[in-house]
Amino acid sequence: MDKTQVLLLLAAGLFSLGLAGVIIRRNVLVMLMCMELMLNGVNLSLVAFAHQLGEAVGAVLVFLVFVVATAEIAVAIPIVLLLVRRKRTLDLEAYADLKG
Amino acid sequence: MGTLTAIALLPLLGFLLNGLLGPRLGKRFVSVVGCGLPALAFLVTVKVVLDLKGGGWAPISETAYTWAQVGTDAFRVAFWFDRLTAVMALIVTGVGTLIHVYSTGYMHEDKGYARYFAYLNLFLFFMLLLVLGRSLLVLFVGWEGVGLASYLLIGFWFDDAEKAKAGKKAFIVNRIGDAGFLLGMFVLYAGLGTLDMPAINAAFANGTAAGVSASLVGLLLFVGATGKSAQIPLYVWLPDAMAGPTPVSALIHAATMVTAGVYLVARLSGVYLQAPEASTVIAATGALTALLAATIAVAQYDIKKVLAYSTVSQLGFMFLALGVGAYGVAVFHVMTHAFFKACLFLGAGSVIHAMSGEQDIRKMGALAKKIPITFATFALATAAIAGIPPLSGFFSKDEILWYALASDKGGATWLVLVASLTALLTAFYMFRLLWLTFFGKPRMLPDVEHHIHESPLSMTSVLVILAVLSAVGGFIAIPHFLEPIAPLPPVKESMKSLHLVVVGGSIAIAFVGLAVAAWFFGGDASRAAAVKAKWEGVHRVLENKYWVDELYDALFTRPLHWVSDRIFLRLGDRLLIDGTLDGLAAIARRAAGGFSRVQAGSLHLYAFLVLAGLVASLAWVWGHG
Repeated sequence: MDKTQVLLLLAAGLFSLGLAGVIIRRNVLVMLMCMELMLNGVNLSLVAFAHQLGEAVGAVLVFLVFVVATAEIAVAIPIVLLLVRRKRTLDLEAYADLKG
Repeated sequence: MGTLTAIALLPLLGFLLNGLLGPRLGKRFVSVVGCGLPALAFLVTVKVVLDLKGGGWAPISETAYTWAQVGTDAFRVAFWFDRLTAVMALIVTGVGTLIHVYSTGYMHEDKGYARYFAYLNLFLFFMLLLVLGRSLLVLFVGWEGVGLASYLLIGFWFDDAEKAKAGKKAFIVNRIGDAGFLLGMFVLYAGLGTLDMPAINAAFANGTAAGVSASLVGLLLFVGATGKSAQIPLYVWLPDAMAGPTPVSALIHAATMVTAGVYLVARLSGVYLQAPEASTVIAATGALTALLAATIAVAQYDIKKVLAYSTVSQLGFMFLALGVGAYGVAVFHVMTHAFFKACLFLGAGSVIHAMSGEQDIRKMGALAKKIPITFATFALATAAIAGIPPLSGFFSKDEILWYALASDKGGATWLVLVASLTALLTAFYMFRLLWLTFFGKPRMLPDVEHHIHESPLSMTSVLVILAVLSAVGGFIAIPHFLEPIAPLPPVKESMKSLHLVVVGGSIAIAFVGLAVAAWFFGGDASRAAAVKAKWEGVHRVLENKYWVDELYDALFTRPLHWVSDRIFLRLGDRLLIDGTLDGLAAIARRAAGGFSRVQAGSLHLYAFLVLAGLVASLAWVWGHG
């Protein structure tokens, strides 16, 4: 098993861990953190492929993902704050008002 | 614009002025426009008649404009003025103008004064379109138009539901006849490719219309005539039409509109001369209608109803004349009838006016001295319709009786017997009406009696003019005048010796009717009461008009109601149409209800579904990669 394979396995593990967290956990903040975990799993795979192919494109893409992730958090955290002000809880189950 | 177009358009102008501006400009304006323009139309008609005479009676034709061009066929709004049109147009504009003048007095207090004159002018416009039209299509437009005006005027006091209903009945019954008229036009157009009436007459006269059955066309058009001219089986609307103002009954439902069917048959005499079967039907229908209506008139108590049934009966006489080929004689009776029946109706209006709206002759009596002018004119017109010589009705009725017997084109003994019996009944019920209204003891309430007054000059002057016309109108030899375009039928050789017998008989009939009525109703009318008591059952049948209205109701109206309600409303509209739409809406609602469960509001579920979708698409790519 060479280095790339190990890195890719690690990336897949990170992504799955994050996904499991998003699906299973009920705390909004933890879910946001898990989403970061998934993004970083993807970043790791991008870097691993860039290293293996000897090209810079994959590594540059990682910076783009960082920017998007930062922007996402900058929007998501205030939303979470506002939600918490309304219902004084971080439990996502309390926010099922849109049930059809 | 030609003079013929002007005749028709003048009353239309009156309609527009009175309809649009009348209510704002006051009664004086309405009266001047409403009477002035018909009078002008009458003067123009007189001028055209003089032109016609100057031109050696050669028909005048005039095209107003081309209505539609279909392939090589042009439908033109064209007018045609010959001897027949001259007679009809003079009656329509002349009697029409007189009745307009009368109306200024009769309707003076009505709040719908301007509306009334607008409708009356509209009627004259359509009636002139009807008699002036050269094409059957123009005639039909007038035919429908007078029906509309009639409907509007019968239901003139539409806030009374009974009267509005009478208008509706007239309209619907006429539509049934119109269906026949339309079919007749279709057959003619399909066979001849033209609706131009002179061309149709010519085609049938010289035998180039071989592909068209004259009898079929004749019968279909006659169905139209039975509607408009109140013949069996469609006469039921006319007595109800008396709900309108009395001058309307005089103008539309006695003098002019109801004679449109007679005019139609006379105008298309070329067709009917080739249709002996249709002519036989017309003669029989006319004779039976005349008798039926006369028997009903004997037992009516409403002054206008008596006159209405009398009108139906006289129209029957006209159709009898048409049926035996005496077209000129029928038009002659149209004219004399227009004079004396208009006079009678307007006289009845004057009586009703004097009686504060009372129409029941059982509550009248002894009016002769109180309203002498009305009495004198009414009596003269009564004598005229009864056929007392030398008044107008005698001449026209005598000619009808003669041709009903002696015409070589369908004259028959039974026709003349039925007609003679009808003439006897006519004399009887008219003098009965005269006696109950003007003689005997006063039977009205005291406060009504107190108010009795002679009508204003605008009404009495018209009565006098019409009474004079009823008296001398018989000396205008219309049948002779119309000979060149509607020759009288040849007389059976065997009958020639009987001419004086028929004349003597018709004179005797009139006087017998008078005598019998005088004997029955003279004094305190006790003999009439005794006869009525003895023949109670017969009287009830006649008073209830043979229950024909009830029969039609049971045979046609109620089944139609049932079908409309059950089939069209409940099954068709509610079950099928509403059901389909409601069903579609319900499907959409249920489906939406199902899909809305997916919107659980749970972020976890959404994320899981995204994952599931992702996995599924990956698996699919894997499988197909």
